[in-house]
Amino acid sequence: MKLINKIFRYELSNVLRSKWIIFYTLFFLVVSYSLFAFTGNNSKAILSLMNIVIIIIPLVSIIFGTMYLYNSREFVEMMLCQPIDRKSLFFGIYSGTAVPLSLSFVSGVIIPFLLRGNVQNQFGLLMLLLITGVLLTFIFTSVSFLVSLKNNDKVKGLGFSILIWLLMSIIYDSIILLVIYIFQDYPVENSVIVLSLINPVDLGRIFFLLKFDISALMGYTGAVFQKFFGNTAGIIVSFISLILWIILPQFFAFRNFKRKDF
Amino acid sequence: MYKRISHIARSIKLSVLVILLLSAVMFGKEIVVSQNGNIKTICEALKISRDGDRIVVEPGTYKEGNLVVNKEIELIGKYFPLIDGSDEGSILTIRSNGVFVKGFVFAHAKVSFINDNAAIKLDSVKNCIIQGNKFIDNFFAIYLSQSSFCKILDNNIIAYGKRETTSGNGIHLWYCKNIEIANNKIEGQRDGIYFEFVISAKIHDNYSKDNIRYGMHFMFSDSCNYWNNTFQNNGAGVAVMYTKYVEMYKNNFKNNWGAESYGLLLKEISDSKIYSNNFYKNTTGIYMEGCNRIAFSENNFDNNGWAVKLMSNSLNNIFTKNNFLNNTFDIVTSSRNNFNSFSENYWSDYKGYDLNRDGVGDVPFHPVKLSSLMVQQQPASMILLRSLFIGLLDVAESVIPALTPETLIDNKPMMRQIN
Repeated sequence: MKLINKIFRYELSNVLRSKWIIFYTLFFLVVSYSLFAFTGNNSKAILSLMNIVIIIIPLVSIIFGTMYLYNSREFVEMMLCQPIDRKSLFFGIYSGTAVPLSLSFVSGVIIPFLLRGNVQNQFGLLMLLLITGVLLTFIFTSVSFLVSLKNNDKVKGLGFSILIWLLMSIIYDSIILLVIYIFQDYPVENSVIVLSLINPVDLGRIFFLLKFDISALMGYTGAVFQKFFGNTAGIIVSFISLILWIILPQFFAFRNFKRKDF
Repeated sequence: MYKRISHIARSIKLSVLVILLLSAVMFGKEIVVSQNGNIKTICEALKISRDGDRIVVEPGTYKEGNLVVNKEIELIGKYFPLIDGSDEGSILTIRSNGVFVKGFVFAHAKVSFINDNAAIKLDSVKNCIIQGNKFIDNFFAIYLSQSSFCKILDNNIIAYGKRETTSGNGIHLWYCKNIEIANNKIEGQRDGIYFEFVISAKIHDNYSKDNIRYGMHFMFSDSCNYWNNTFQNNGAGVAVMYTKYVEMYKNNFKNNWGAESYGLLLKEISDSKIYSNNFYKNTTGIYMEGCNRIAFSENNFDNNGWAVKLMSNSLNNIFTKNNFLNNTFDIVTSSRNNFNSFSENYWSDYKGYDLNRDGVGDVPFHPVKLSSLMVQQQPASMILLRSLFIGLLDVAESVIPALTPETLIDNKPMMRQIN
């Protein structure tokens, strides 16, 4: 544990100095500041931020994670020459990548919010935004580690990462839509709920739907979704799904990392 | 000279006498009903009263079955005496013109599947006023039939009905004319306010909420005006049908949630004006079917699921200077053709620009989104709202409309919210 901590701290300071992370933080700072300052309606600002979070965070996390692991290959090789167990090294690098990414997102959103946001009324919504963003960061970093450990070729790995992002944020939804149209004569609501439970990006989006489009969701079929995602059991199931998305890719990545001959 | 003065004096004396006599007839005497006094029941007081009398009822509980008023009297409750119908039919039936009822609590008019039992029933009368009463757990609360020039003011109506069949309407009007309904609060009835065959009524400052079916429901009621009312959380919102020349303004329609729940349902309405209303958080703000020549202006549609559902049999309706703010869908239609006009509205979804800075956007706005059509056909696709994929489809469709009505556009979208 001590070792993980040590590696984590080294990685943290290393990643925080990276140009990309600084750029990423600045991006959120500028976007959230302009949204909070220029849209009079604060809940609308958070809604726009949500749209950004759902698209940008998975993309940046998966690409940054993949590239970072490829680039630190020499560091890993060097570390493995030392009497260090692979577990500490792996989780040290993982947390050293996911935490600074989350930190830069959280600070990029929360500072403009405190300066210009409606702190009293919108705090709950902001927490939802932050939690969703942080979870998505951890999930897509963990996926990126799996991808880059499975592929030795850098270009191939990067291609895979982008493909996974496309799949999760666009293609998957088109498949759901296709399923809805193909099986339109059957009650598809429950299958659609299961399908959207599988995709973390959809889950994040649905949490926000429940906050912002509740009036529309109260229409007949919508009420089915509201009933599932709105009650405690549904929220717990969704969170379990999100946590599984962090743990499972990490587990397979770690299995690979343990056996890998660097 | 003297003769003339004495003549004037005599005529003054005479007129004073006449006024005194008249006032004795007009104002009548006051009969006090008290459980410790001489007259213990309202029934007895009604029996001995004459036109123009005033019956004052002291506090207490009165269980007297169905009371019938057939004289022109004032019935005043002191500190809200309770008149309990004990679930035996109607409570107070008014069959005389000019009756004034104030300050009572009416409770437990019987639920019936045959009779429309009501706490106060006005039957073919004129100039009656029902003011400042409380109605608790009645089948119907106030029921007017074939009456005119009556006023229903400041009443507080509450019921605890669970089902539509076992519960009646708060204020029910049938074949009435020139009625004023103001400052009433109605809760938990079947329909808060119900009108059928009513002409020129004025309905204002009422608050109708948590009713099982409609907050207000009216049919065949021409030339009525509605303003400053609030309709909230009703099972199916407000429904207006088969009516002409209606004016509705400054009303609030809030939180009417459910698939068959509408802020305002308009069916076969024509030549009407609907302006300065507020539609907030309804599943459907306005639903229109077979409506012609209605002018909608300066309404706020805020946070609704669907701001306006416009069926294709509605023609020549004009939407100007309305605000469409943060609705999931602004306009939905059932046709690719459009026979209504939209202009100078503010749409919070509008992303155009204004190069000449005249406050009007240079690019027309398409309020019908592809995703709204998809949700209409396949309600389950609601779960895909706000996803990147659906967003891309919406953008593609708004650039080259293939499925949405091409001519349903706002050519002059405003850049700023209209106050």
